[in-house]
Amino acid sequence: MSARPVRFVPAAIFALALLAAWELYVDAAGVDQLVLPAPHAMFAQLWDNAGLLWSNFTITAREVVLGLALALVAGFAVAVAIHLSPLLRRAIYPHAVGSQAVPIAVVAVPLCFWWGFGIFPKLLVIALICFFPVVVTTVDGLASVDPDQLKLLRTLDASRLQAFRFAELPAAIPAALSGARIALAVGVIGAFIAETSTPSIGPYAGLGRQITSDLTALQTPRAYAATTVLFAFAVACFYSLTLIEHRLAPWAHKAKGENR
Amino acid sequence: MAVQTTSPVPQQQASLAESGVVLEGVARSYRDRRGVPVPALDGVSLRVGSGEVLAVVGPSGCGKTTLLELICALQRPDAGNVASSPAALMPQRDLLLPWLSALDNAGLALRIAGHSRARARARAGELFAELGLSGFEWARPDELSGGMRQRVAFLRTLLSGKPVLCLDEPLSALDAITRGELQNWLTGALLREPRTVVLVTHDVEEAIVLADRVLVLSPRPGRVIAEIAVELPRPRRGTDPAAIALRERAMRALSEGASR
Repeated sequence: MSARPVRFVPAAIFALALLAAWELYVDAAGVDQLVLPAPHAMFAQLWDNAGLLWSNFTITAREVVLGLALALVAGFAVAVAIHLSPLLRRAIYPHAVGSQAVPIAVVAVPLCFWWGFGIFPKLLVIALICFFPVVVTTVDGLASVDPDQLKLLRTLDASRLQAFRFAELPAAIPAALSGARIALAVGVIGAFIAETSTPSIGPYAGLGRQITSDLTALQTPRAYAATTVLFAFAVACFYSLTLIEHRLAPWAHKAKGENR
Repeated sequence: MAVQTTSPVPQQQASLAESGVVLEGVARSYRDRRGVPVPALDGVSLRVGSGEVLAVVGPSGCGKTTLLELICALQRPDAGNVASSPAALMPQRDLLLPWLSALDNAGLALRIAGHSRARARARAGELFAELGLSGFEWARPDELSGGMRQRVAFLRTLLSGKPVLCLDEPLSALDAITRGELQNWLTGALLREPRTVVLVTHDVEEAIVLADRVLVLSPRPGRVIAEIAVELPRPRRGTDPAAIALRERAMRALSEGASR
């Protein structure tokens, strides 16, 4: 991925076109702003409530980043365990799949009961949501090493651990980071779920809390302004992860780099 | 320390020279996609003395690669005995690790043997100039030409320090000039530091230039149908009249084998 600003022009044009169509529709059809606020109202809120939005954003951003990090560490560890032990694969994998079906509201109560109203139960909720894509992609990445490659390492007297360290582990890094990008996409909405399904201290804690209370308080344009912040944050995180991947696994991007 | 791989049916034990290879009545078949057994080798007996360079030529699909994998103990024979000193394989596909630099790929065996990264790099680096690889120490495999990749793979095999080298079409991806240079280099290197070499190739001229002895295999299932001793002084040229005469003999044996 190149950092040249020209790259972002198509996305900017597309965003402007969407916003223009939206604005025209709301004006022409006379939609009530409690139902669907016009973009100009949304941006006005963004400007007027910058301080509030920023303080809520920092809370949510910290939840997403830490929750994702937790999911990455745990997901990678579980994937390695599954890869190295067929017994663990049979024992754990079905539960990793099943964990995705658990409604957060079901586990939110015991999480708060054990760890209170702070950030930690929210991190666990986000990690639970983000964990699965990381496990699946990492398991596939670990298994993606050419069997002939492993054969060759055997002729060089590599132990199982050395084959893992020299071949399987590096092969899993770009895969795990792809998983992290998928996880991130669900992680931002995961933060929303975490904030709204677990009680917090104070009137506002995070953008998710703010959005739900704004919607009930008929402050719809401000809820949309907060949504815009979440949207931009997800995009920024996604491209940051892409940059990290290029740094950590440059070999995986040769083909794309050549015809940029 | 010799590696013995014996077929499930114990037969007469093959005796082994200090660092050589002995195959006695070796048969090996593999299963195709429908599970039908396809014989690859049928009753192959051969003996490679310590420090001898044996070339094996034969038509495509005559089990040459299987032969090398048997010697490297990556496969077991269905019948017969295989005895070999520790052997390093240079596979036909170079199988360089995409995430390691050329230098680190070349020194991989040293890392596996427990040497430090710095030491492995120093040892591999000494040979980079000789193989025309200077300046490409830090290039990743995807940045190297096919010929360069092959030379790095060759270096990795050489640096494994094993007494037997199994080379599968080692110079096939090189242009004629580079191939000639590397044949000279290999001849010189083996004169300085003798190794037992089993060289599989379909290039009869290369076999004559490099080997002490050339075995001709029949089409599948592979069987030894001719043995040609090459008693020419080194360094040799493929264009010497004596070499051309031997090449004619080998070609005749190959075409007779094919028409049978």
